Amino acid sequence: MKKKYSLKSLDTLPITAISFLTTEGNETGEWRSQRPILDPEKCNRCGLCWMYCPDNAVQEEGGLFHISYTYCKGCGICAKECPKGAIVIEKEER
Amino acid sequence: MKRVISANQAVSYAVLAAKAQVIAAYPITPQSSIVEMLSGFCATGALHAKFINVESEHSAMAACMSASVAGARTFTATSSQGLALMHEVLHYASGLRLPIVMANVNRALASPFNLKADLTDSLSQRDTGWLQFYCESGQEVFDTIIQAYKIAEQIQLPVMVNLEGFILSHTYEIVDIPEQSQVDLFLPSCPPRECLDIDNPSMFGSTTDYYINFRYKMHEDMERAKGVCGETDAEFKKIFGRDYGLVNTYLCEDADLILATAGTIAGTCRVVADRARARGLKVGVLRIRMARPFPVKQICERLRTAKKVAVIDRDFSPGCGGIFAQEVKAALQGLASHVLVYEFIAGLGGKDVTDKDIEKIIEQTLNTPNPGDSTWIGLLK
Amino acid sequence: MDRSAEVKFPIAEEELLYSGHTGCPGCGAALALKYVLKGLGPRTIIVIPPSCVGVIGAGFPFSSLKIPVLRIPFESTAITASGIRAALDVMGKEDINVLAMAGDGGTFDIGLQALSGSAERNDDIIYVCYDNEGYMNTGIQRSSSTPAGAWTTTTPAPHVKDTPKKDIVRLMAAHNIPYIATASIGYPVDLIKKVKKAKEIKGTKFILIFSPCPTGWRYSPEMTISIAKLATETGIFPLYEIEDGEKYILSSKRTEKQLRDYFALQGRFRNLSEENLQSFEKRVKKEREYLKRMAG
Repeated sequence: MKKKYSLKSLDTLPITAISFLTTEGNETGEWRSQRPILDPEKCNRCGLCWMYCPDNAVQEEGGLFHISYTYCKGCGICAKECPKGAIVIEKEER
Repeated sequence: MKRVISANQAVSYAVLAAKAQVIAAYPITPQSSIVEMLSGFCATGALHAKFINVESEHSAMAACMSASVAGARTFTATSSQGLALMHEVLHYASGLRLPIVMANVNRALASPFNLKADLTDSLSQRDTGWLQFYCESGQEVFDTIIQAYKIAEQIQLPVMVNLEGFILSHTYEIVDIPEQSQVDLFLPSCPPRECLDIDNPSMFGSTTDYYINFRYKMHEDMERAKGVCGETDAEFKKIFGRDYGLVNTYLCEDADLILATAGTIAGTCRVVADRARARGLKVGVLRIRMARPFPVKQICERLRTAKKVAVIDRDFSPGCGGIFAQEVKAALQGLASHVLVYEFIAGLGGKDVTDKDIEKIIEQTLNTPNPGDSTWIGLLK
Repeated sequence: MDRSAEVKFPIAEEELLYSGHTGCPGCGAALALKYVLKGLGPRTIIVIPPSCVGVIGAGFPFSSLKIPVLRIPFESTAITASGIRAALDVMGKEDINVLAMAGDGGTFDIGLQALSGSAERNDDIIYVCYDNEGYMNTGIQRSSSTPAGAWTTTTPAPHVKDTPKKDIVRLMAAHNIPYIATASIGYPVDLIKKVKKAKEIKGTKFILIFSPCPTGWRYSPEMTISIAKLATETGIFPLYEIEDGEKYILSSKRTEKQLRDYFALQGRFRNLSEENLQSFEKRVKKEREYLKRMAG
């Protein structure tokens, strides 16, 4: 029932404000003024960055972690908490 | 089966017959015996419902609201201060389009303190998106609650059934309680609607700029409700042999002067109208039963043949006057503007409105060429 | 690549909080929500008052939550959860968690009456209060959870908040509900364990989650977890559980970390006097002794 963001889905309004679309279409990555860079060589795959990200912008796939720049707001928690210093913060180039 | 019961008891029997599933209520005079009886039904298992003993009326309506969004048939009852306290949540209930039914035992709002009948409490809530009915007998109270569930579930708007404190709530009359099978025929279980559903998650009540669109939908459905209420009443008559109309008229067809009011004052008006007729005065009585949506068409049709209408308000909006008087005036505007509307305020704080008072109202209306300000009846010396 | 530390969190991988929500960068409340939902799983219905989590939930026609949600009046978090539970019970729908989630404003202040009501009736709900120590959603106003000495927009310097944080945990303990816990986003595994424990208990469960707020506490967003941990390490926010109002189980220890350092990290405590600091030390010590005594 839940679909991604699409204006077309609003053809008929429900009887009241019943939300049926997800926020996955909202690319909060646009908020960033700095971005985390993850070095897979230093990463020990403890998963703390994945755990501590308030936006689920650190994703795990096949045992490897990577940052989803679509959603990452650049808060820097992952870099701060990484026990191996595998994540560094760099200025966002716009 | 005919029983001699109070209107409060009639409410409880109706909720039992309607098979409400979640009841959340808080005591307040003169409503308390409704919830006492209902908690008794729940305790004995006569009513298969969850009874939540909430800690305030605000919570009572909040619990009904959330239980209703979860898909249950709900009920609560209150009066004056309690109704005022749940005001915010009344808006939530109608905005979420929930078929909640509530009995409100009309009581004066403090301050100063007065426990007796006064319609200002429910009329103060006329902007909350709730349908409103005003009853004049225990039988009507029972029947209207049953009808209320059917209307609410069809229109998806909540319904408030009003009965005057002590005059109705505590007065014993003969009430015919129908067979459960008849009620089940008239009122099947809750029709399916959007609910909180684990298998189909959605968010109810979010922030939106479509607010104006949703209010427009409410407006359309309130208009539709006028027809639905009439149809429901007609269907009720087919099964139970009784109907009430959106407005209730007595001797209005050829009346020069019509007394218009809501609730039990109408009963006294009819007695006085008969006496007036015996003296050669063409007096009729119109009782407004449905106040929201306001039955503009019916009001105009019934009043247009009269020269004058005397609206008797057992309520008062300070700075404006009798609330029903304002609504009647607005309804007639452009459709039957020739009818002169005389405003009378009477019976506030449960003050008895006697036959003498109504005779005075008739005399004053007939003898005054133009309506002036509102006239207050029954001020204590 | 060092693969020695495999992802070993004993928690669900399924996310019930979608990305794209509009919480602030580094938001503690979003983390509280994320962890609570991981603990409870998808068979959960949540009620949310106007609050930070309300904003995170998103506006029509979107929702950032993969579970059914009802947005409710500010005062009514606990009772609306109770109402849903009553409806589910009477309709015979079982095995569904009913979650009430409010901030400190909606719990300590305006929502306190309804919470006390539900707790007194021991309604079968899980009430989670994410504590960011102020009305953050409406712009950092003071709540009764704001600690003494803190700046807020309604307790500006020099009249910073004068009274200490309301002891909501003791208040809830007085209701003798089956389970109370304090938890922190700095310790997600502990938090999720407590949520799972609460899930298995019938009756009213209350969990207070320490949720630092970069916007309101005036610190740089990457410090959210560090500050959360420091609060527990210094004893300002100890972690413990209370079963049936009587049995205390401590889950955190005070370390050598200094309160002074905790306050120094947050702009809201810029006006903290030496006197305030001494009161804090006294209070923290007293609480520690109380907890040790209660734990036996």
